[in-house]
Amino acid sequence: MACNMEQTKLLNWISMVSFAATDMAEYLDTHPMDNEAIDYFNHLNKLKNQAERDYAANYGPLTLSTFTPENRWCWSLTPWPWEGGM
Amino acid sequence: MWNYEKRLQYPVKINQTNPKAAMFIISQYGGPDGELSASMRYLAQRYTMPYNEVQGLLTDIGTEELAHMEMICAIVYQLTKNLTPEEIKSSGFDKYYVDHTLALWPQAAGGLPQNAVEYQSKGDPITDLFEDMAAEQKARTTYDNILRLIKEPEIADPIRFLREREIVHFQRFGEANRMAFFTRVCYNRRKTQERRH
Repeated sequence: MACNMEQTKLLNWISMVSFAATDMAEYLDTHPMDNEAIDYFNHLNKLKNQAERDYAANYGPLTLSTFTPENRWCWSLTPWPWEGGM
Repeated sequence: MWNYEKRLQYPVKINQTNPKAAMFIISQYGGPDGELSASMRYLAQRYTMPYNEVQGLLTDIGTEELAHMEMICAIVYQLTKNLTPEEIKSSGFDKYYVDHTLALWPQAAGGLPQNAVEYQSKGDPITDLFEDMAAEQKARTTYDNILRLIKEPEIADPIRFLREREIVHFQRFGEANRMAFFTRVCYNRRKTQERRH
C-alpha cells in the first residue's frame, strides 16, 4: 500500500469532486428547484462514486460501502488521514 | 446516522512542527467558535426546525463541520508530533502537555474546555438561524486572527480553505433565514386577514 503518484492523483480527484458535491448539496438545500444544479450534483456524484470504486480496487477502501470481497481487511491497516496520507 | 470517509476534506500535510501555533489553532477544535461547537449547534437545532429545507441544510453543514473538526485535529496533531521535552518547555506547550501529553483534547486557546454554553439551540427558526449566521462570522474572524499569526504556507493553506467555508455557510444560512422570515411574514398576514373576516 505504498503511496505513489497515481494514488495521490486519484485521491486528489476524489477530494475535488466530493467537495464540489458537498457544496452543491448545501446550495440545493436552499434552492431545491434549481434543475441545472441538480444535474450538476448528479454528474459530480457519479464521478465520485466511480473514483471511490477505482480507489478501493487499487489502494484499499475509503468507505466501508466500497469494500470489495477480494480485499483483505485493509480498512484499518492503510494509513489514517491525519498521518499525512490525505 | 453517519458514515465515515477515510480521507480529509482538504489535505493537511505539515512537515515542520510548531507547538506555539498548535496552542492557538486548537481553539478551532474546542474553542467558543470552533468546529466542534459549530457541528453540535447545527445538529442540535435540526429537530425543532419547522422547515424541511433548513433541516436538510443544518444536517449537511453540521456534517461538514465534523470534517472540519477532523482537519483542525490533524493540523494540531502534525504541529506537535514527536516533540522533544526541550521543545515542549521552550514553546510553552508544557501546560497542555502535563494534562494531555500529545493527545487531542477540545479546549480553547486560553485553556478553557469545550463547553455547550458557547452555543444556543433555541427552538425558534429565526433566532436559531441568526445564531448560526453569527457563528459563521465568529469562526471566520478566528481564522482571520490565526492567519495574521501564522505565515507558513503548509499551515495557512488548509486554514484558508476552512475560512472560505465559513463565508459560504454564512450565505446558505442567510438564504435559509430569509425563507424562514418570509414564511413567518406570510403566516402573520394570513392570520390578520382571517381575524378581519
